[in-house]
Amino acid sequence: MSATKTVRSFFLIELIKGFALTFSYMFRKSVTINYPFEKGPISPRFRGEHALRRYPNGEERCIACKLCEAICPAQAITIEAEPREDGSRRTTRYDIDMTKCIYCGLCQEACPVDAIVEGPNFEYATETHEELLYDKERLLANGDRWESQIAATLEADKKYR
Amino acid sequence: MDKWLQIPAVAALLKQYPFAAAYVAPVALIVIKILALVVPLLVIMAYLTYAERKVLGAIQLRQGPMMVGPYGLLQAFADGIKLFSKETIIPSGADKTLFLIAPMITFALSLVAWAVIPVGQGLVLANINVGMLYLFAISSLGVYGIIVAGWASNSRYAFLGGLRSAAQMISYEVSMGFVIVAVTLATGSLNMTEIVTAHRPGWVTALLFPMFVIYVISALAETNRAPFDLPEGESELVGGYNVEYSAMTFALFFLGEYLNMILLSGTATILFLGGWLPPFGISALAFVPGVLWFALKVCFVLFIFLWARGTLPRYRYDQLMRLGWKVFLPFTLVWVVVVAGALLYNHALPGM
Repeated sequence: MSATKTVRSFFLIELIKGFALTFSYMFRKSVTINYPFEKGPISPRFRGEHALRRYPNGEERCIACKLCEAICPAQAITIEAEPREDGSRRTTRYDIDMTKCIYCGLCQEACPVDAIVEGPNFEYATETHEELLYDKERLLANGDRWESQIAATLEADKKYR
Repeated sequence: MDKWLQIPAVAALLKQYPFAAAYVAPVALIVIKILALVVPLLVIMAYLTYAERKVLGAIQLRQGPMMVGPYGLLQAFADGIKLFSKETIIPSGADKTLFLIAPMITFALSLVAWAVIPVGQGLVLANINVGMLYLFAISSLGVYGIIVAGWASNSRYAFLGGLRSAAQMISYEVSMGFVIVAVTLATGSLNMTEIVTAHRPGWVTALLFPMFVIYVISALAETNRAPFDLPEGESELVGGYNVEYSAMTFALFFLGEYLNMILLSGTATILFLGGWLPPFGISALAFVPGVLWFALKVCFVLFIFLWARGTLPRYRYDQLMRLGWKVFLPFTLVWVVVVAGALLYNHALPGM
C-alpha cells in the first residue's frame, strides 16, 4: 500500500466523495412523476385501448372487410357481417379479446377506413377477465369517448405515413 | 420531581387523601413523565421511517411516498395500521414463547435505554451517575432480542441472521467501548448530564472528532443498518432474523431498530455534539430551547444514517469483521492513548 493510498483511506477520501455525490443528487429533479395525478407524455403513435370510430355524421366507419381480423397475429378479433337494409355492408359482431391482444397495432395499419384504431387510453384495468372481452358496442362507445384525442393523434402522425 | 407535588393546589388536595399522596401521586408522576418521553419518541420514530423513504427517494431521484396525506405525511401511520390489523403467524416448528418474547425484548430494551438520556437541561428520567455504562449495558443486551428471534424461529435464514447480528454487535461494541472511554477521559464523568455540561468546543472536541466518526460507523453496525445490514441481508438471507415474523411481532422489531437509531444518535449528540447546548458554543443561540437543539442535532446524526444507506453498498461479512477488529479496534486503542496523553500534557484531565 503506497503512502498516498494510506492517507486517502485514512482520511476516508473516497467515502467523502461518494457522500458528496449522493448529497448533490438529493437536490436534482426527481425523474419519477406522481402518477395518478401527473401523467407522462404519450406519443401520437401510442397503442392503447382499441376504439371503433364513426364518421362526423354518426355512421360507423367499419365496412366489415375483415382485414384486421385476418392480420391479427393473436387472433383476438372476431367479426361477423351481413348487408344492412340500405344495402351497405356492416358488421353485426365485432369482438376483441383484450386479453389475447398483443397491442401490435397491425389492425389499425390494415384498416382502409381508419375505423379500428388504438387510442391513447391505457387505464382500463378490470377485476375480471370477462370485462376485457370487448364487443362492438363497447368499442364504438370508446370511439365516441376518445374521438377528439384519436383524431388529434392521427392528424399529428399523418405526415410520417 | 417533587416540585410538581408541592404546587399549593395539588398539595392541598393530596393532604386530604394520604394514600394518594403516599403512593398514587408519585407513581402517576413517573408514568406521566415516561409517557411525555415515549409518546413523542414514537411519533418521531414514525416520521423517521417517512424521512428515510423520502431521503432515499431523493438520492435515487424518486419522489418517495406521496399518496397518503399531503406529501405522503401520513404514510407511517398507514403502515402502522396495516401491521396492527394483520395476522401474527407463528411457524409450527417455532418455540412459541421465545418467538413471541424476542420482539418484545428488542422493543423494550430500545425504550428502556432512554431513561438516562437528557433531552434538555434537567430533562432526564433518571439522572444516574453511571448513565453511560447503563446505556452501554442496555445496548449490549439488545443482542438477545435478535439472537433469540433467530433461534426461536427454527429457520436456517433466521438462525444465520441472528448469529451474524450477534457477532457483529459484539465486535463493534468493543471499539464503541474505547470511544466512550476516550470521552470519559475528557469529561471525567459517566453521568450523561455532566458529559454534556463538560462539553466545550475547543481542541478537546476536535481531538475527539475521529472518535465521533468511528462512533457513528459503529452505531451503523450496532443497529444493523446499511452498509452493515448483513443480519437481514435480503439478497442472501431473505430477511435474516425477522423472516418468520409478521404483523405486530415484526412491527416491534421494526420499531426497535428505529428507536435504537434514534437512541444512538442521541448518545452521539450527548458524547460529541454537546447535547442540548447551542452548536459551536455560540451563546447568542441560547434563546432557542435546549430540547430543540438536541432534536436538531439528533436529526443531523440520523440524516447521516439515512445518507449512508443511500450511498454505500453492503459490506461482505469478512470485510465487516476486518473493519471492526483490525481497523477500529487498534485505531481507537491508539486514540485513547493520544487523547489521554494530550489531556495530561495540557493539564486538562478532569479532577487534576
